[in-house]
Amino acid sequence: MNPDLFFQYMLAGITYGFLYAIVAIGFNIIYNTTGIINFAQGEFVMLGGMFAITLNNILPLPLAIAAAVVITMLIGALLEILFIRWLDNPSVLRMIIITIGLSILIRELALHFWGETVFSLPYFTGNELSTVSILGAKVSPQVLWVIGVSIIMVTALSLFFKFTFTGQQMRACAANRLAARLCGINAKNMVTFSFMLSAGIGAVAGSVISPITYTQYDIGPGLAIKGFTVAILGGLGNSVAAVIAGLLLGLIESFSIIVIPLAFQEAVSISILLIILFVRPHGLFGRSDTASLKEF
Amino acid sequence: MKKLFALSLSVLTLWAVSLFFVAPDDAQADEIKIGAIIAETGGAAFLGIPEARTLRMLTDEVNARGGVAGNTIKLIIKDSGGDPAKAVSFAKQLIEEEKVFAIIGPSTSGETMAIKDICDKNKTLLVSCASTKAIVDPVAKHVFKTPQNDSLAVEMIYLEMQKKGISKIAVAVGGTGFGKMGGKFLNEMAPQFGITVLENEVYDPKSTDLSSLVTKFMANKEVEAVVNWSIVPAQAILAKNMRQAGWDVPLFLSHGFGNIKYVELGGAALEGVFFPAGRLLVADSLPESHPQKAVLVKYTTDYQAMFNNEPVSTFGGHAYDAFKILCKGIETVGKADTAMVIDAIENMTFVGTGGIFTLTPTDHSGLKLEAFEMLTVKDGKFALAN
Repeated sequence: MNPDLFFQYMLAGITYGFLYAIVAIGFNIIYNTTGIINFAQGEFVMLGGMFAITLNNILPLPLAIAAAVVITMLIGALLEILFIRWLDNPSVLRMIIITIGLSILIRELALHFWGETVFSLPYFTGNELSTVSILGAKVSPQVLWVIGVSIIMVTALSLFFKFTFTGQQMRACAANRLAARLCGINAKNMVTFSFMLSAGIGAVAGSVISPITYTQYDIGPGLAIKGFTVAILGGLGNSVAAVIAGLLLGLIESFSIIVIPLAFQEAVSISILLIILFVRPHGLFGRSDTASLKEF
Repeated sequence: MKKLFALSLSVLTLWAVSLFFVAPDDAQADEIKIGAIIAETGGAAFLGIPEARTLRMLTDEVNARGGVAGNTIKLIIKDSGGDPAKAVSFAKQLIEEEKVFAIIGPSTSGETMAIKDICDKNKTLLVSCASTKAIVDPVAKHVFKTPQNDSLAVEMIYLEMQKKGISKIAVAVGGTGFGKMGGKFLNEMAPQFGITVLENEVYDPKSTDLSSLVTKFMANKEVEAVVNWSIVPAQAILAKNMRQAGWDVPLFLSHGFGNIKYVELGGAALEGVFFPAGRLLVADSLPESHPQKAVLVKYTTDYQAMFNNEPVSTFGGHAYDAFKILCKGIETVGKADTAMVIDAIENMTFVGTGGIFTLTPTDHSGLKLEAFEMLTVKDGKFALAN
């Protein structure tokens, strides 16, 4: 294989990879504060894209995206307050079922509001034909937007968790909820906040990927499954690991077409998920002893 | 008090029951029920939405004129979402419960193949809006279809390739019934036209990015053109990914591309693609003397007046042809008698949106290669390619 083609496959893989990673990070944030997997994460991505597209009719693109992110964050908070917050010491299973229910509910509402139609945001720079040449391979400038935005988001998140007071409080809740509460941290507020944060991240992702993948009311579950695979692959709760795992899965998917027909691409990622769940349930980068501390 | 409640309840029940039993009897004398199984939602919604709108528009129009041979039409549309399993249960429901005279649709080939035998066995007329040749080959007595055969579309594309001197191609098809049948014909018919299919891939109808597929095709330096055979929005994604990878070989699409919404999705990436389609999309460019001109212009004007100037699609046209063929059959006979109406349709010449139909007992599609024009996309609009 000549190097041009190699990079062409690689860039395709990296695009998929970052896409999956952003969804996985959304899973991780909520997992860290609550110990649950929020299966409505894919719907946040869809909502972000849809709101941005709708608002773009009346607002310039950057404002439309910003507004879409804020709206989606509010929806995230609202969902948590309405459906999770008031539960008295709920079991993990119960909360997971609730999020599955929410995901179906959001999808049906989106179908009602936006219908079946496939929408997309305009390309941030250039149009459908614009290409950028990198190492002999050609990609859409939007791919660079996806990669850039993802890197900025991951960096900002790490800084947020490390250096801001709220971030530290959230980490305290993740480490030991009871101890955090004894120190006077309002754990319930932290959970609400984690829903807002992951909704916001999902919405940003939904907006940047929209020109590439299009946005439709039912894109959520597909993204959620890929994101979940990546989150598990990297080790639940670890955002940097999620990026690495995302890239790994993206590259495997992209290069797999050389030997396996495209029709089996989904099978490849599901097989990886199953293998990881059987062989290394704590993920590639997680430690089994810490994983066993979390209750499933 | 309790007695009074029971009494009023039974009166109400009687009244409700009477509604169910008496009312239909009154209406049945001069009402023909036509069922329609349409993918108004799901991946084939760009086909189904214009089809459903067209059927509703035509039903209102016919009923306002006093119906067909003195009978009003009652249209029952079921949304299958493009799912063959749903199409099967709706077909059974329409036949057994609603006792419809005929079924229009389904929108997609996979669904139509799933209910072909059901309709034929139950002696219910089916006029499909889907394209694959297998729907009418072998012929089933009760099954007709209005879109041009996919094998004809393949022929059209290969003739165009011969003209352009293209002989080595790559084929990508969407993973639906339509895509799979198209892929089969593309591969089977290629040798007759001196064309070699070098690459074959099937993509998930829900695909969001096909750049790795494009890279695989690009890796084969001998490929001179790509055929993308699909009815789902992902067909626009392939075009985008090709152009973004800086690959500018000619791209041919199927007649499943005939809705301008696909062009809106792919934008500039779809400029200059080739696809065979009926003349509906280029009605304006036809000379006044063309036999289809009047039909095409009338349908376009009516549809756009009704639906907010939305551009027409070939798919709405397929539903138009199906509805009109049925009505013409019933009118010829003067009543809704299945065997007689089939007889009438089998001896019918009909000028429709998809072409000039010459239906016979052995040809339940009735369209020839002449029904197609090779089209392209120019400045975001459909235009004649040559």
